[in-house]
Amino acid sequence: MTELSFYVHIPYCIKRCGYCDFNTYTPNELKDGASLETVSGDYIDAVLKEIDSAYLEAPGKVPTIFFGGGTPSLLPGKDLGRVISAIKQRWSVDDNCEITLEANPDSVDENKLQSFRDSGFNRISFGMQSAAPHVLATLDRTHNPANVERAVRSARNVGFSSISVDLIYGTPGETLEDWRASVESALALKVDHISAYALIVESGTKLAGQIKRKDISMPDDDLMADMYLLVDSLAQESGLSWYELSNWSKPGHESRHNIAYWKNANWWGLGPGAHSHLDGVRWFNVKHPNVYKSSLFEGKSPIHEREILTPSQIADEGIMLPIRMREGILRKNLSQVQQSNAEPYTRSGHIDLEKWGQGTLQLTPQGRLIADRIVRELVV
Amino acid sequence: MPAISLAKAPQPSATDPAQIRNFCIIAHIDHGKSTLADRMLGITEVVDPRHMREQYLDRMDIERERGITIKSQAVRLPWRSGIDGKEYILNMIDTPGHVDFTYEVSRSLAASEGAILLVDCAQGIEAQTLANLYLAMENNLKIIPVLNKIDLPAAQPEKFAAELAKLIGCEPSDCLRVSGKTGEGVAELLDQIVAQIPAPQGDANAPARALIFDSVYDVYRGVVTYVRVIDGHLSARDQIQMYSTGVRHEMLEVGVISPEPVPSKGLGVGEVGYLITGVKDVRQSRVGDTVTNYNNPTKHPLAGYKDPKPMVFSGLYPLDGADYPLLREALDKLQLNDAALVYEPESSAALGFGFRCGFLGLLHMEIVRERLERESNLSLISTAPNVVYNVMLDDGKAVIVTNPSEFPEGKILSVEEPIVRSTILAPSEFIGVIMELCQQRRGVLLGMDYLSEDRVEIRYTLPLAEIVFDFFDKLKSSTRGYASLDYEAIGDAEGDLVKVDILLQGEAVDAFSAIVHRDKAYAYGLMMTGKLRELIPRQQFEVPIQAAIGSRIIARENIRAIRKDVLAKCYGGDISRKRKLLEKQKEGKKRMKMVGRVEVPQEAFIAALATDADIEKAKAARK
Repeated sequence: MTELSFYVHIPYCIKRCGYCDFNTYTPNELKDGASLETVSGDYIDAVLKEIDSAYLEAPGKVPTIFFGGGTPSLLPGKDLGRVISAIKQRWSVDDNCEITLEANPDSVDENKLQSFRDSGFNRISFGMQSAAPHVLATLDRTHNPANVERAVRSARNVGFSSISVDLIYGTPGETLEDWRASVESALALKVDHISAYALIVESGTKLAGQIKRKDISMPDDDLMADMYLLVDSLAQESGLSWYELSNWSKPGHESRHNIAYWKNANWWGLGPGAHSHLDGVRWFNVKHPNVYKSSLFEGKSPIHEREILTPSQIADEGIMLPIRMREGILRKNLSQVQQSNAEPYTRSGHIDLEKWGQGTLQLTPQGRLIADRIVRELVV
Repeated sequence: MPAISLAKAPQPSATDPAQIRNFCIIAHIDHGKSTLADRMLGITEVVDPRHMREQYLDRMDIERERGITIKSQAVRLPWRSGIDGKEYILNMIDTPGHVDFTYEVSRSLAASEGAILLVDCAQGIEAQTLANLYLAMENNLKIIPVLNKIDLPAAQPEKFAAELAKLIGCEPSDCLRVSGKTGEGVAELLDQIVAQIPAPQGDANAPARALIFDSVYDVYRGVVTYVRVIDGHLSARDQIQMYSTGVRHEMLEVGVISPEPVPSKGLGVGEVGYLITGVKDVRQSRVGDTVTNYNNPTKHPLAGYKDPKPMVFSGLYPLDGADYPLLREALDKLQLNDAALVYEPESSAALGFGFRCGFLGLLHMEIVRERLERESNLSLISTAPNVVYNVMLDDGKAVIVTNPSEFPEGKILSVEEPIVRSTILAPSEFIGVIMELCQQRRGVLLGMDYLSEDRVEIRYTLPLAEIVFDFFDKLKSSTRGYASLDYEAIGDAEGDLVKVDILLQGEAVDAFSAIVHRDKAYAYGLMMTGKLRELIPRQQFEVPIQAAIGSRIIARENIRAIRKDVLAKCYGGDISRKRKLLEKQKEGKKRMKMVGRVEVPQEAFIAALATDADIEKAKAARK
């Protein structure tokens, strides 16, 4: 049976963090003085309408559902549960289905987590970012580092079978020691999975403005590289091994949903600005929640742009995505030219020499740090 | 009005030489020559007021934009003198004002009997004007000193009249005062041209002799040759002959410029006009040559001019290697109009295929480059300009080096470089900074004179190599723009010169090799390696950048290996964006030049070869 994963975008946050350029809105931005309940009330109705059209195009089995945002944990469990139920009504969804919720440690208590569990969630990913208050302040995050530990404990109590935390490194002012402390405190929570991302300064964000005005400055790439190597080795020591460039997990706790992206599986992104991929066609929806809602209520498609991948684009993606993973790329899938372009990196320690000999291109930690450069060498 | 309608004015080929006055205007850029010329066109009514536009005679966009004249022009202006009431024909021969085009100026001078020395009376005379003034005086031209821009609030006519009087040996009261902008004094100036400048003299019955003072390629007409008739008569029905080549040409058209071409029956003694013979290459109608009748040729050619010699060389390369044939075509086309431009193909490991080009000077270089880019829509990289070196080898062999990367490797006995005598005019408050700058550039002070209480003329000999790169920019910026510079080549002199190579990972990058004085080799090495360290992106391996004289390393920098080049996040929504970025980078990779294993972006070459002033200019353009 064909498979279709779902991504559900929840485009709401209490406030926008200084580094964030995601497609998310505070209730105030959407409607003057409105509360979250009033703006999101009919949002779920719109998502359900999109689900109907998805079913017509792509029936089958659903292996994973992922609620991201925004801050999905701001919404009541029962609202999110309506989406899960709607999917379950139409597609084949078994107990094995990985259903993830992205959560802000500040917006959940044990009761709320229980309601998420009741709605069907079995995996949760907390935005921890850092354990250093000055780093969180620079990132403009609201949470108290102590809340993370409480939230993880509660999630475990209510029976989430897989718990992850997200970390960010390379924040202006963050030292290698700050970072070490953050990683160690995350690992001390005995989570099943961590993601660690180098901070990207997106244009138009508050952070970009501060850097442009030289109020703060980005750490240099060498420090970022050291931070990456540090999290990689600390995670490995705690029994979490890398399976994608920025992701580490205990065996069996890899995010199957994210793996679907890197393996170019089919997925449907529900919600404003959400991207989808179905058999070589990619599209994304209109960005603004109000426009998204009105299109669906008027019976129109919310799709903003669609592209049909050319063979050369498919080939590029076939390098760019799997190279990020532990599984890597099979050498037999590379041309002679690609193999000879890759060769020097096996000698410089960027591509694992032993694996290369066994027929697989797998990046070493140093190689993962320059993955984009190696991709450029291979897509000639 | 003292203007005469063209139809009623004395006609070309039938004008008594006694009614003719030939003059040129010597002026510095900005001193208002073109505006004054515009007024003359207006007041003599050769241009209908409805068709008048600024800088009427400057034909190229570059001329108008930069406010400079590159090619000479000759315009026939009928005028009834306000003094004696008689009709005259004034031939105004427009001249370029820049040092690089001195040879063009000398051509105009030889075609005239008089010169207007035009000086902005808010700025005073400039070095190049002074040089051209001396040239005119050597040619026995009658000089009419004219102070322009008297309408300006900052005008100091008394001060500069005194300065001019001292220079040419007249009374301050002899200086005419005009405003090209308002037209004030222009009619009086035309009257004084009639009164003071002698009429041309020649033998109307002798075999024809006409001096070619310019030769211009026109896409529609072929070569248009500008001549000044000295003796005899050129008629539209004649066959003519170029004295130097002996080649016979059919005369397709003869005429005068007024200021659009007007065909005539011919040209008589003292007249200035144009010939069209159907040749396609300006070299067949060479400037300085004598035109004579084919059936009755002269045995006594006119003196002519010295051929201009290229002084400054630079490599020009297309940014996109595929444009090489286009660049060749563009250079060929440009040379049709610019006999001073020389070029030959060369190739650079770093920059690919291009041309080594010789120029008269820096402005010439800049203008050629700009015309190539603009008129042929090319993007070019130019290497740092250099001069010609005569290298004497141990074995007695002499080598002429026009490209630093060709500097011989073996035992060198001596190296000679061109030396110039430079004249700098500036307010006296800048004497100190100017002397400091010249000392740094290996200058030797020849002398200094006060032109007036607060303006000085400073003379230095300088190696040409020291001024070709950024001397003029530095001079301007350290004197708040007040200093002016002129120079003339005075020969070659031996110097303690060495070639500095720049090596990337042990491999010399030819585009960055330079011949410098031994005392400056270290500074050059340090500057270039430092610049490149900033400009070349980190590679996956460490890249040493070295400066070396022969095998001796004099400076070293390191580009550390890159450690991070990855976007950490790649989820569903990032994939398209990331792939598009990759597609763009693929294109960018094509613009990378490989030096050994090192990828160098083209921008790095351009930036490394740029002067500080170039960088400022680029910044200003971005704003």
